[in-house]
Amino acid sequence: MKIKEVRFVSGNEACAIGAIAAGCTFFGGYPISPSSEIAEFLAELLPANDGRFIQMEDEIAAMGSIIGASLAGAKVMTATSGPGFSLKQENLGFACMAEVPCVIVNVMRGGPSTGAPTSPAQADILQSRWGTHGDHPIIVTCPTTVQEIFLEVIRAFNLAERFRNPVLYLLDEINAHMREKIEIPEASELELIRRPAPPQAENWGFPYRRNAEGVPLMPDFGTGHRCHVTGLDHGETGFPTGNAEIRQALHHALMAKIDKNAASIYKNDLFMVEDAETLIIAFGSTARSARRAVELLRKQGRKVGLFRPITLYPIPEADILKAAEGKRKIVVPEMNLGQYVLEIRRILGHDIPIAQVNRTDGEPITPDQIMAAV
Amino acid sequence: MSPKSVDYANLLRTQYIPHIWCPGCGHGIILKAVLRAVERLGLDKNKIAFVSGIGCSSRAVGYVDFNTLHTTHGRALAFATGVKVARPDLHVIVVSGDGDALAIGGNHFIHACRRNIDMTLIVFNNYIYGMTGGQYSPTTPEGSFASTAPFGSVEPPFDVCNLAIAAGATYVARGTAYSTAQLDKYVEKGIQNPGFSVIEALSQCPTYYGRKNKLRTPVDNLKWQKDVVVSAAKAKDMTPDQLAGKIQVGELHHGTRPEFIRTYQTIIQRAKDAALAE
Repeated sequence: MKIKEVRFVSGNEACAIGAIAAGCTFFGGYPISPSSEIAEFLAELLPANDGRFIQMEDEIAAMGSIIGASLAGAKVMTATSGPGFSLKQENLGFACMAEVPCVIVNVMRGGPSTGAPTSPAQADILQSRWGTHGDHPIIVTCPTTVQEIFLEVIRAFNLAERFRNPVLYLLDEINAHMREKIEIPEASELELIRRPAPPQAENWGFPYRRNAEGVPLMPDFGTGHRCHVTGLDHGETGFPTGNAEIRQALHHALMAKIDKNAASIYKNDLFMVEDAETLIIAFGSTARSARRAVELLRKQGRKVGLFRPITLYPIPEADILKAAEGKRKIVVPEMNLGQYVLEIRRILGHDIPIAQVNRTDGEPITPDQIMAAV
Repeated sequence: MSPKSVDYANLLRTQYIPHIWCPGCGHGIILKAVLRAVERLGLDKNKIAFVSGIGCSSRAVGYVDFNTLHTTHGRALAFATGVKVARPDLHVIVVSGDGDALAIGGNHFIHACRRNIDMTLIVFNNYIYGMTGGQYSPTTPEGSFASTAPFGSVEPPFDVCNLAIAAGATYVARGTAYSTAQLDKYVEKGIQNPGFSVIEALSQCPTYYGRKNKLRTPVDNLKWQKDVVVSAAKAKDMTPDQLAGKIQVGELHHGTRPEFIRTYQTIIQRAKDAALAE
């Protein structure tokens, strides 16, 4: 890969630079620690890159503004943290229902409520999956290093556009504020995806008719189609309907869009898994400590490996089953009181011992803690 | 121009009519005023984004043949702001009810006024939450009855227009479903104003507001509108006693302030110049 530039930046800055590289042209935000730097960098970067930044009056408005801008054709992003993420949930549901591409960054901090604004946490995992009301499809990704924050935000935009679905991008206070070296590839090296185009140039009357991947062929506003977009149950025309058959079909289609294409959304990083007797499953910043624990334990001759899901949802069930096959023990460290481990238990059942390492005191989980659990 | 010469069928999605509004509701009258303004201004249907929230008035967007967006409760202006900022060439028209715009959406209302962003908001004010069964709203007059005010509302109402003027909107007018000729003019001038415009249109809800407040028939409601209003021009020469219980109609404010989109355009230029200079 041809590298354009090497820089030393924080995770939040890498996220902003990555968004620009992904083709983001609209950011609607509201200040909240520890995500505010993303808004600050984009306020500076967007206008010079044919984009627009707006600081909205609240978190709800920020979420609404990116949906409006996306429907008008922009690639869009907002960034927030715990309390703000809670406030965004209703409009997030609208984006799932109306199938509006958007990227929502949640730099996780301690909760509930105001919690610990400048301390790390990973306590919004289940809210990311099920935060808004009603069954809904969602994609959740969670990078570990600053370099990965840059690259994965581009993938988040691509997934959002390809599937016309919100993508939740989970950082935490550690990797958002940590500064590391990143290599920025030449623009020509990056594959950028745009939402599927409608099959005709104008007057397309079926914005919710789907392509082979199950993604609707929706026109952008102002391109000669005059479509209707609503959060109500709707058919292919986009207009509300009370028809039970059409409503049921919509709900299945929303879920199928992600479920049937899940294999191309999964992304995992496996470290010394094959011969391991004990498997650690960790994500985000915690995976840094987990990797260190594996390295130290391997030096002691212990057979330990790390499975790191980068896509948390859709959950890579088959990959987790395969990685755990034949292992004697599973260890799941996470900066919460046990959230993703619920999924791991569901997938692996009770035949294999699963140890938890949890922490919500605002301090990171250390390699020592993980080693003790192994 | 007489209403007969307006090609409503060209502006409506006639396949979705009849509409869901109750017999005698004022919302259709107000929607027609918007359509006449669009026709008279010669706006391209493809270049109109018609945005609403949740409630009776917000269902208007489904019936018109523009780019239409039916958002979440109270948030129409937030979504609309995103549409306008991303596509400044679109005419963004927002329709909202009194509960949608002033209660749950109150924050977005004052901030859209403050930004003076080039959009037009039409508040269909029927003094009541109709869709949910007639609960009192932020514009329900004190003492009026509603399903959640069985002994009369104990809360003072907002004056929509005064709020808009104080918050910084640059065109503010109030009309009624009774006087459509004036309403047509206000909507037209609101769309033409290069800034944030608020048109409060008094509507009628005989089903909920009227039934509980001795205005049982649609005609009773329209007569009430006719009798309660006084033109802003005439009000200037009236004493506070004479104005008690009256509602002023007319163009209440028409000013100029920097508009958000145009100001941001200068930021884009400055940022590009700075990038070139580096």
